[in-house]
Amino acid sequence: MERTKLDLWVGAFVVAGIAAIVVLALKVGNLSTYNVSETYKVSAHFTNVGGLKPTASVRSAGVLVGRVTSITLDATRYEALVTMTIDKRYQFPIDTFANILTSGLLGEQYIGLLPGGEEEMLAAGGEFKKTQSAIVIEELIGKFMFNKASGAE
Amino acid sequence: MPIATSLRAVGHRAVNVVWRIGFATRFLYLTLTHSGMSLRRFQLVVKELFASGVMSLIIIGVAGLFVGIVLGLQGYETLKRYGSESALGSLVALSLVRELGPVLAALLFASRAGSAMTAEIGLMKATEQIAAMEMMAVSPLARVIAPRFWAGIISMPLLAAIFSAMGVFGGYVVGVVLIGVDEGSFWSQMQATVDFQHDIMNGVLKSFVFGVAVTVIALFEGFDAPPTAEGVSGATTRTVVQSSLAILLLDVILTAFMFRGA
Repeated sequence: MERTKLDLWVGAFVVAGIAAIVVLALKVGNLSTYNVSETYKVSAHFTNVGGLKPTASVRSAGVLVGRVTSITLDATRYEALVTMTIDKRYQFPIDTFANILTSGLLGEQYIGLLPGGEEEMLAAGGEFKKTQSAIVIEELIGKFMFNKASGAE
Repeated sequence: MPIATSLRAVGHRAVNVVWRIGFATRFLYLTLTHSGMSLRRFQLVVKELFASGVMSLIIIGVAGLFVGIVLGLQGYETLKRYGSESALGSLVALSLVRELGPVLAALLFASRAGSAMTAEIGLMKATEQIAAMEMMAVSPLARVIAPRFWAGIISMPLLAAIFSAMGVFGGYVVGVVLIGVDEGSFWSQMQATVDFQHDIMNGVLKSFVFGVAVTVIALFEGFDAPPTAEGVSGATTRTVVQSSLAILLLDVILTAFMFRGA
């Protein structure tokens, strides 16, 4: 059995196809931003998560540091319990603020971490005590109208 | 009694359809059990990969490029109204990777390679080459059908990926190079929205399923074609029509399972 011209063409085709999948994964998809490094789990309670979804990003100062893994309702407090994994390289003080923010006016929601001034760092399995919920536009309009109405008296 | 006659004709057709589906299922089963030879003599599969995969490369690449260009132009027109041109990258990439890449590549594959497979096997049958093989105790399923089946299944996901990659490139050329959307936000928005497992792997899975459907339909139609000139031409037409419908129907089912807003 010998090598033929045919093998070359078929080889080139297979290489091109696999290269296309790799390009899609790395350049188009988010495989390059997946955390291959070690992570640790933390959680936070929010009164309202708005449109936050699992796999949403966790950012500090705009830098991606982790991802949301699950969102469930804590039935004892009737608040949303959000768990997230954070890259082991980044440690946060125990009084860090976790806020649900929106990228751009219509963009998707993410968790922004605003570090506090404490010396002690949050351990794995810990919880961000200070949180700020997502801004719900109907509530905002409601408050605004209430203020207007009471101010007019 | 014209009513009874037409009723009888409808019933005959219905029974015939069910009969053919059963025969096609047994055909697929026999193809799978006769696949040992194509694995031992992989050169057979390589030859068919050339015929179905490499020969489809140009049409797939050019079509992907054009679709990406159109997506870039149309998407920009619409997104501009909401001032969110930077989302052009996500729009182009998501629509290609999830839907247009697998579906259009499969439709092109059905008309480019599927019809050729049917015509080839139909002609082999009409010129009694298949019967001659059986006389020589060579199983036509193992020697003719199975290599084409595996070549179709291997080449379909690769072709769909090439289609999507060319499409993204076309969208990039129109959006960033010609119109002037910011390059950084084009790629970063794309990477932020396209998930590897949820979007890309589901797209690859889709094209794999389409590959199985198109190849089985094409091979079965060729194998089952009446051994006449008219029969072969009818079988080729049926291959294109049936596999196109099968692709679109399977796409509805797969999309409902994969992307139901979870």
